[in-house]
Amino acid sequence: MYINIDNVSKRFTRKGKEFTALDNVSLTIERGEFICLLGPSGCGKSTLLNAIAGFEPPTEGSITIDGLDVRKPSSRNVTIFQNYGLLPWRNVLRNVELALESRNVSRTERTSRAKKYLEMVGLGNFLDVSPHQLSGGMQQRVAIARALTAEPDIIFMDEPFGALDAITRLKLQDDILQIQRKQKKTIIFVTHDIEEAVYLADRVVVMTPNPGKVKSVMKIELGPSRDRTSEDFFRTREKIFEIFNMTQHYDIEYTI
Amino acid sequence: MSVSSIAGRARKFAGRQGKAWFFNVCSVLLLLLLWQLIIVCTDVSSALFPSPFQTWRAFLEILNNGTLFDHFISSMYRFAVGFFVSVSVAVVFGLVFGWIDWLFRLVNPVLQILRPISPIAWMPFIVLAFGIGDAPAVVIIFLAGFFPVFLSTVAGVRNIPDIYFRVSASFGVGPVEIFWKVIFPAAFPQITSGIHLALGTAWVFLVCGEMVGAQSGLGYLIIDARNNLRYDILMTDIIVIGIIGFIMDSALGKFEKFILKKWGISE
Ligand SMILES: Nc1ncnc2c1ncn2[C@@H]1O[C@H](COP(=O)(O)OP(=O)(O)OP(=O)(O)O)[C@@H](O)[C@H]1O
Ligand SMILES: [Mg+2]
Repeated sequence: MYINIDNVSKRFTRKGKEFTALDNVSLTIERGEFICLLGPSGCGKSTLLNAIAGFEPPTEGSITIDGLDVRKPSSRNVTIFQNYGLLPWRNVLRNVELALESRNVSRTERTSRAKKYLEMVGLGNFLDVSPHQLSGGMQQRVAIARALTAEPDIIFMDEPFGALDAITRLKLQDDILQIQRKQKKTIIFVTHDIEEAVYLADRVVVMTPNPGKVKSVMKIELGPSRDRTSEDFFRTREKIFEIFNMTQHYDIEYTI
Repeated sequence: MSVSSIAGRARKFAGRQGKAWFFNVCSVLLLLLLWQLIIVCTDVSSALFPSPFQTWRAFLEILNNGTLFDHFISSMYRFAVGFFVSVSVAVVFGLVFGWIDWLFRLVNPVLQILRPISPIAWMPFIVLAFGIGDAPAVVIIFLAGFFPVFLSTVAGVRNIPDIYFRVSASFGVGPVEIFWKVIFPAAFPQITSGIHLALGTAWVFLVCGEMVGAQSGLGYLIIDARNNLRYDILMTDIIVIGIIGFIMDSALGKFEKFILKKWGISE
């Protein structure tokens, strides 16, 4: 057990009224797992991710990573955001170098590592271009390269491909899978796209809103190379679809 | 509106922009014509309201005898010092006050009361405190420049999207580093536009300041020319003041555009 989320609740006060964004969520995640948090808008996916990443602590319950309490963002983990979070006044290379600037890494080492990962995401020829001169997909690749340059233990991703067109999204999904296989990162990935979740995840955490809860956790046993058009893929997707339509609350772990 | 008519408008607009120099020249010629027309059509004494030609002659006169240059240098010196100090102080304070929310809320009410007061109103106090010479004009410029730059810096810092701070936290950027790595550059476009705004205001008040407290400078030259009944020199001076203001404003406008483009805020 690497990440342990124990009875976590998060409440916000809105206009004097209390609102439960997360209700008693418990979940454990192993090292090297690819986890997708899946659910409709408002079910608390971002809230849960932000809590695990240390940006906003939960109101109740505890979250530990590697046995240590999560209190603030750790530089051992990195978050990739939907709107990229690139610094517009820095060029691509300098954006990626940011990952190492606050560490004890020499200048040359910093540059060479940044270049290495930019090449890995196919942007080796765009080092001194400004972010706004790149397409959305390329900007997200820069953000991915920046995250990898930090060589984190965990990568948190909050709908990272949400703003991209379908074809770019498919391409980046393959990229991120390939990178995860190669580097054995633990990835926690927020999405509301069922197909994306089934394609990427080792386990899908299905969440429902009002209040935000984990409805069930589903292990996806489709092997490492998945075929979106296969029968099994289809069935898995259907299964998740059914879970969303069920009214009862199931806490069981599914296996297909 | 159809797509083709939008495209047509866009093209026309581009054409308009492309002919900017043409309109600039026409505008100036029109002014000169109007000016000359007033001279011809009214019986105002040329000693009190000089013609364009007389003004041009006066310009050559004070240009050749060095008067214009001397006053120009005095003014520019005061302006450079006052404006530089003003912008530096305003930006540093703006960054800090924009960052620390309660601090800004504490001083803001008083600032809002001070802001609408023309710096010139302080002149008697300023002269008492700093005497006659360079200081009053410098102080006036400082006051005139401070508020727009300070307030736009504060706004710039407060408007920084949260995501930059999350990214910084994610990569362990420290609390001091974050000031020059994120906060200052993120607020920079708004700071620049504040400086642009302040430049125009400060230039207007430089002339006022020199009319009251100084013994040299383009503002003083106005008073001096009036006292000597040299209205042709006065007119020259006014035009020079306008042109210098215009040049500085366009230069900063270009810089502002460049920054916006570099930051990807506009194309
Ligand atoms: N800072 C906050 N203050 C008040 N309410 C909040 C805050 N952050 C989130 N919420 C509420 O908590 C609920 C869950 O929000 P969250 O952003 O986690 O949803 P989400 O599943 O990520 O949705 P989406 O898919 O739209 O991003 C929402 O109803 C939201 O309005
Ligand atoms: Mg969200």
